[in-house]
Amino acid sequence: MSEPTGALAHHFESVEQQSQAASVGMWAFLAQEVMFFGGLFVTYVVYRSLHPAAFAEGSGHLPVPLGTLNTGVLITSSLTMALAVRASQLGKGRQTALFIAVTMALALAFLGVKSFEYAEKWESGLVPGLHWSPAAGSDPYLNLFYALYFVMTGCHALHMIVGLGLMAVVALRAWRGRYSPANHVGVECLGLYWHFVDLVWIFLFPLLYLLHGPGRTHL
Amino acid sequence: MSDEPHVLPLRVYFAVFLALVAGTALTTWVASLDLGFLNDAVALGIAGTKAVLVALYFMHVRYSARLIWVFSIAGIVWLLIFIVLIMADYDMRVPVQGWTG
Repeated sequence: MSEPTGALAHHFESVEQQSQAASVGMWAFLAQEVMFFGGLFVTYVVYRSLHPAAFAEGSGHLPVPLGTLNTGVLITSSLTMALAVRASQLGKGRQTALFIAVTMALALAFLGVKSFEYAEKWESGLVPGLHWSPAAGSDPYLNLFYALYFVMTGCHALHMIVGLGLMAVVALRAWRGRYSPANHVGVECLGLYWHFVDLVWIFLFPLLYLLHGPGRTHL
Repeated sequence: MSDEPHVLPLRVYFAVFLALVAGTALTTWVASLDLGFLNDAVALGIAGTKAVLVALYFMHVRYSARLIWVFSIAGIVWLLIFIVLIMADYDMRVPVQGWTG
């Protein structure tokens, strides 16, 4: 066994067993996350089926080029995270840390674009409850679309901010050589978390930005 | 996960990445066409394909233990049950409301 001493908690028989337990635990957490975001997606499906015109109009205000750009940024960050996990499988701690650092930079770019979009919605008076003054003739249920827009993208962004903190911790540990090919489940679980955040956005992007309808003003 | 981790060749990651970029371009382009109800089906089909690629290769599900398969599919199955039953509910309500005036 080549792993550093102290890496194995006393209630596990082997590092392999410990890693499998951590992996399964992470997947159980992600299954719970599917239900968490699932509640929001179901709310979306119900209200959109009741008020399709409001959703088409609201979606028409969202900037498709920025949404597409952010999708590309997040997909790229998933690639760099996958490469970080691969580097940790090969025992390359510093390379792992560098790939995580690139992933963090891409996450910050995503959040920068997102905050620009939020600011634009604030100025347009499209923030339900806080700054709501839609254009005359807007659908009376437009606030439902925007409430869901902010809650869904907000919860997603919150997950990214949490991910930034986790990435900082794991990158530091990787840089200090705390992981080995036999014991790198920490990087593995971080990767699973980050790819999940990517998965949520893969569905949010078409459902929020790309609705087809009379309200579409972009594209 | 064993002592010898299953290391995928780099080209797998880059191929998946290119497929994800292509899917994003495709879904944005298709949204500019008017396909009626098919717009949603195509958008969700592309998103679902992208999600499966991320799960199988970036998240290594394809090379993981059966137990991981069960966990990764369980959340999706429950979500589908959730959506189908709640929409069955909402779809049945409309005629009842119409009938009672």
